[in-house]
Amino acid sequence: MIHSLFLINHSGDIFLEKHWKSVISRSVCDYFFEAKEKAVDPENVPPVLQTPHHYLITIYRDKLFFLSVIQTEVPPLFVIEFLHRVADTIQDYFGDCSESVIKDNVVTVYELLEEMLDNGFPLATESNVLKEMIRPPTILRSVVNTLTGGSNVGDTLPTGQLSNIPWRRAGVKYTNNEAYFDVIEEIDAILDKSGTTVFAEIQGVIEACVRLSGMPDLTLSFMNPRLFDDVSFHPCVRFKRWESERILSFIPPDGNFTLMNYHVSSQNLVAIPVYVKQSISFFEMGPCGRLDITIGPKQTMGKTVEALMVTIHMPKAVLSANLTPTQGNYTYDLATKVLVWDIGKLNPQKLPNLRGSLSLQAGAPKPEDNPSLNIDLKIQQLAISGTPCMVALTVERIFS
Amino acid sequence: MLDSNKDSLKLEAMKRIVAMIARGKNTSDLFPAVVKNVACKNIEVKKLVYVYLVRYAEEQQDLALLSISTFQRGLKDPNQLIRASALRVLSSIRVTIIVPIMMLAIKEAASDMSPYVRKTAAHAIPKLYSLDPEQKDQLIEVIEKLLADKTTLVAGSVVMAFEEVCPERIDLIHKNYRKLCNLLIDVEEWGQVVIINMLTRYARTQFLNPNMNESLLEEGSDKTFYGSDEDEEEEEEEEEEKDKKAEAPAMAKRKPYVMDPDHRLLLRNTKPLLQSRNAAVVMAVAQLYFHLAPKAEVGVIAKALVRLLRSHSEVQYVVLQNVATMSIKRRGMFEPYLKSFYIRSTDPTQIKVLKLEVLTNLANETNISTILREFQTYIKSMDKDFVAATIQAIGRCATNIGEVRDTCLNGLVQLLSNRDELVVAESVVVIKKLLQMQPEKHSDIIKHMAKLTDNIQVPMARASILWLIGEYCEHVPKIAPDVLRKMAKSFTNEEDIVKLQIINLAAKLYLTNSKQTKLLTQYVLNLAKYDQNYDIRDRARFIRQLIVPTEKSGALSKYAKKLFLALKPAPVLESPFKDRDHFQLGSLSHLLNAKAGGYQELPDWPEAAPDPSVRNVEVFTLLERVTTLTSVPEWTKCSSREKRKEKKVEKPFYSDSEGESGPTESADSESDSASSSESGSGIEESGSGSESEESEEGSESEEEEEEEKEKDKKKKKKELKKPVQESESEQSSEEERKHERKSKQRKSESESESDEEEESESESSQSESEDSESEAEVKKKKKAAESKPSSKPVKKDNKKEKKEMSLLDLDDFEPAPSPQATPVNAFLSNSLATDLEGLSLSDAVLSPATISPSSALKSYEMLHRITGEGLSVEYCFSRQPFSPDANMVAVQMQFTNNATSDTKNLHMEDVKLQSGMRVKEFPEIELLPAGEMVTAVMGIDFCDSTQAANFQLCTHTRKFFVSIQPPVGELMRPIFLTENEFKKEQEKLLLGQLMGMNEITEKLTLDVKCRNEHSIVQRVTTAANLSRVPCGSDKECSPPVPPPDHPVHRFAGRTVTSSSLVLVTVATKEEGAAKLTINCEKMVIGTMLVKDILLALTQ
Repeated sequence: MIHSLFLINHSGDIFLEKHWKSVISRSVCDYFFEAKEKAVDPENVPPVLQTPHHYLITIYRDKLFFLSVIQTEVPPLFVIEFLHRVADTIQDYFGDCSESVIKDNVVTVYELLEEMLDNGFPLATESNVLKEMIRPPTILRSVVNTLTGGSNVGDTLPTGQLSNIPWRRAGVKYTNNEAYFDVIEEIDAILDKSGTTVFAEIQGVIEACVRLSGMPDLTLSFMNPRLFDDVSFHPCVRFKRWESERILSFIPPDGNFTLMNYHVSSQNLVAIPVYVKQSISFFEMGPCGRLDITIGPKQTMGKTVEALMVTIHMPKAVLSANLTPTQGNYTYDLATKVLVWDIGKLNPQKLPNLRGSLSLQAGAPKPEDNPSLNIDLKIQQLAISGTPCMVALTVERIFS
Repeated sequence: MLDSNKDSLKLEAMKRIVAMIARGKNTSDLFPAVVKNVACKNIEVKKLVYVYLVRYAEEQQDLALLSISTFQRGLKDPNQLIRASALRVLSSIRVTIIVPIMMLAIKEAASDMSPYVRKTAAHAIPKLYSLDPEQKDQLIEVIEKLLADKTTLVAGSVVMAFEEVCPERIDLIHKNYRKLCNLLIDVEEWGQVVIINMLTRYARTQFLNPNMNESLLEEGSDKTFYGSDEDEEEEEEEEEEKDKKAEAPAMAKRKPYVMDPDHRLLLRNTKPLLQSRNAAVVMAVAQLYFHLAPKAEVGVIAKALVRLLRSHSEVQYVVLQNVATMSIKRRGMFEPYLKSFYIRSTDPTQIKVLKLEVLTNLANETNISTILREFQTYIKSMDKDFVAATIQAIGRCATNIGEVRDTCLNGLVQLLSNRDELVVAESVVVIKKLLQMQPEKHSDIIKHMAKLTDNIQVPMARASILWLIGEYCEHVPKIAPDVLRKMAKSFTNEEDIVKLQIINLAAKLYLTNSKQTKLLTQYVLNLAKYDQNYDIRDRARFIRQLIVPTEKSGALSKYAKKLFLALKPAPVLESPFKDRDHFQLGSLSHLLNAKAGGYQELPDWPEAAPDPSVRNVEVFTLLERVTTLTSVPEWTKCSSREKRKEKKVEKPFYSDSEGESGPTESADSESDSASSSESGSGIEESGSGSESEESEEGSESEEEEEEEKEKDKKKKKKELKKPVQESESEQSSEEERKHERKSKQRKSESESESDEEEESESESSQSESEDSESEAEVKKKKKAAESKPSSKPVKKDNKKEKKEMSLLDLDDFEPAPSPQATPVNAFLSNSLATDLEGLSLSDAVLSPATISPSSALKSYEMLHRITGEGLSVEYCFSRQPFSPDANMVAVQMQFTNNATSDTKNLHMEDVKLQSGMRVKEFPEIELLPAGEMVTAVMGIDFCDSTQAANFQLCTHTRKFFVSIQPPVGELMRPIFLTENEFKKEQEKLLLGQLMGMNEITEKLTLDVKCRNEHSIVQRVTTAANLSRVPCGSDKECSPPVPPPDHPVHRFAGRTVTSSSLVLVTVATKEEGAAKLTINCEKMVIGTMLVKDILLALTQ
């Protein structure tokens, strides 16, 4: 299974290493650096590399490479999934998963890694369990610890480890029992030049924050569960109940977690909330081009569109952009040739517009096609798929 | 700071040290100072010290030993967390000296109360194994023990240990298979992945291919479904199907495949896991379905896999690779999700390329237009690698789908005017390949391409154009020489690959059009002659010799034209994922398309056995059968359990033969089997409290399952029964005659011997008789008993009865296979012997069914045909005296060669015995032709113990470890005693040195169907090789005539080796109550015999 783990930052420095079996020299990473050089873009580094004696499996998260070394056959997804879990855990503990944060908490991270894997096989990956064994740092606790010499390592076995519900710890108590559910839906759509939808799908996530005492057993039902095309659940959800009754029945973990992911592929129902009028043209004569983009609302169902952002990957020949937005501001990154226009809230009365000229590299041939536009936006309080809002949440029993 | 008294200082110091370790700095010089703190009370300091120890113990072994006592203390701690962590650290410090200590600790922890500690023990197993592989055998024992553990916590870890230590010992799984299936959903995610992967492999060895028959049925529909695909792969598949058809015409008649219920169980229990959040679990289930499920059901995984495409890019990368492989084999599966594979501009290049691959695989007549439109957009992308891949994809679509070939070609030709050179170059290469398929039509394209030589600089493309022109120079006779002229001019500046093609072009032109090009060619060849690259020089020399006619030009030059302008087969553009499916999907090896270290091959499905019905049963009973086989070393421990299992297989057969009582019987066995295999998990689940509903569901479904199975069993049974009975009756007439002769002969031969023997025979034949017969017999007996109420000499009485019996039995004498193989009865023709054996022993499962009423010869499996690579061996205790040595038990072995090749030189080697035991080997079998079977007899002196005799069975190629384990009942031979003698002996035994120690009494309730005399006698004689003491004499010793429905049955025998008496008494009372008494000097044998007979009578 997983032999060693190296954390590597964007510039190629190894700043943490952990070995679960015998020590493997850092030099194995050279193969990775080689591949990284070749790939140019960090995203293009192949996740699985073969070296003479080892296999390297890498993930790229938050500008960090998590590189694991393995020696024998193991399902690659197993390792990839685990590495992501490590990154998630670090993020969960320290609120961020960056080089500086890890360096500041290097001992805690090291202890975490020690707990998560035993001899390369995952031991405890549930954050609830880990948090009982190694308490996440808080300002208060660090003050107390320095004063009393106390530790942030638990001395009893987390009860979750022993039960069939490893995700929940025992003895949770709250004065205010509360549970929040966020439904986040994303539309993923590809439109062609004329604005017709080539492909659209809706992906939803239900994020939950449950603060209930004891061992609550919850059920959650949906208005129209038939809309769900495909779902995946947190392990706490009982599969059988869902299959037979389309009801989510679960004992939730304590705190924040992702309850389920779902997918709605009803292409015809997907209403794209905005429209874009764009014209990007390059002149044959002279090294310049014109750009004119207007965005307007369309089927927003009375809600406001927020955090609107347009990203354009420009052709290589574009040297600089001289544009004027009527709303928001824009940046043009010369190195990556990405134009980002951050609009913010969409005002239906005064449509945002970005226009101006682009200057091209002298002598370069005119780019033959128009770049594609990526538009990100957010609408609060609206489930685009329409119906899959839950209606009933019943707490069946709480026993503590 | 480490020497400080304050914990906080120590902690601070340790933290710094660990931080240094994490950064990869060497802190080994601090080792002594750190080790001192291993006994520190502060738990955080302790933990950090552990971390340090694990990292450096390997380098400083001597010092590390100082810390071991602390861990040993920790192993005894009442806190399970401390026990576990002590074991964890102890097993993690890689110091060879402590291997025995680790072994001990693991063994102890494996039977710890806390499942968490047991889990840690499971984790420790592979660590110890990697440290010292010689401990393997002991570790396997621990694994076996832990595999039987019923907690979800342990299951994942122990399977992982299993996979690392002994993945080949698949037999360990049999007993735990159902449990693992049922627990699977509650195991933690990582464990699920490992278990599913292991079960995939397991199922491949134990179940039949569910698609085996479908391929025949589907052939017709396949064609319509895929249309007139020209896909190579499809054709192959069809060919395969045809092959199958040709090879087995009988297969068409075969009844539809019935999936093994255990196979179904696995599929059903893994399906919900497709909804797991963990991509690895989803992938594991997907590969399980792909490898194991019937074609119709594989579709369910597509949706889940498509979902994974929205995950992290690394996950996408792996999933797409697997999808690419699957989409080649099962295209229909992903077609509905075609659009999910459309490429997004934000995808990394490697993902784009993989998606293209999938799209290309999915392309067919109906969707090609949409796909091509999509491809057109991709060509405009800014990612040049991706564009190149797209062009290749178009090329592949064009080759695969004939209708669009022209469209594609036109599109590609348009691309030739693209401004990007890379695009053009790539198109040229692809066009070249396409043109090769139908060059005649496209001379104008070739002309167009010839013009391009002026502009294109990419060597590969230039080379391709030159090759094209050379190859089809007859289509473009005017342009070709001109191109050569241009090329000759720039020859020195070209890349090597282009130069080679120039030479080729020159040669071809010289052959077709030597008038115009002779000088040019010579010029080019001269240039090439002095080139720096030796390849080019070689080529030039070679071609010059070949084409330029000289005086001594060899015979080859005549054929130069043929050589150069031979028709070349069009290249096949195929997916790089084509042959990857021989690797288990989702594995690292599959991803790399190379075998990774430790990769376990996915075994092929077991071959189809010649007789389908036999296989069905066999596969079904395999689980139970093999457990008895493989757990032989522990036979003594669990012999009763094994027995029960054996019985379980047998019982339904009894019930069948006894007509009405069938239903209750099967109900019994149903609950039995259900409880034995499933109750554990049921309890486990309900133990968790909150999940009671689930467990209920689970157990319900279990019951259903069992019912299904039961039905299956019955069906099969009936099917089986019929033909066998028929054949029996066919043979019976012949048999009868022979037997008549035989018995007469024997009588005349030796009275004294036959006295004993026939007695036993008549006894057994008594029990043999079928229901109808037995009734008649009972009447007769009663008559006999009634007719001699007076006190006649017992001997006479006996003789008379004996005669009666044997006469009576002649008409229904069963063809007992026992006498034939023994030397005494060698006069029977060999062929008949084999015939008979074939009847009785050809199938382990059949035999109890058909022969059970007879002398109850139970045959045991010594070597299954799968483990034996086609050779299967069964043995039974023939209950005949072994003539070379009277102290030995005769074991009759039957070798069957199921393989396609002959087996030679079958013999025994390397006999391992307990002290005092002896073996008389069977004579070497020179040749066992394919499909034949041979029997042999060997003698074993077990020394009156149930220790197994282990030996190697050798063929000319292989050796198999086998063992023979005698049931206690086979360790004795029957003797004839009258009732008076019996009682005397009994008293003698009782009054012997150890008063009362020689008698064992057990009260029991007889089984419902075992209340008449015959079934009791039959069951006792089945369980042990004893002879019955004639019952007619009951009257004389118990003055008040016992009521006829409460008779006392007595049996007598002597142990084989020490000839000590074994006396068995079964006294029946009201309502099936009975008392079983056994008198024997050998207490061990007595107690074991009690158990066995008890089982035989109560079940």
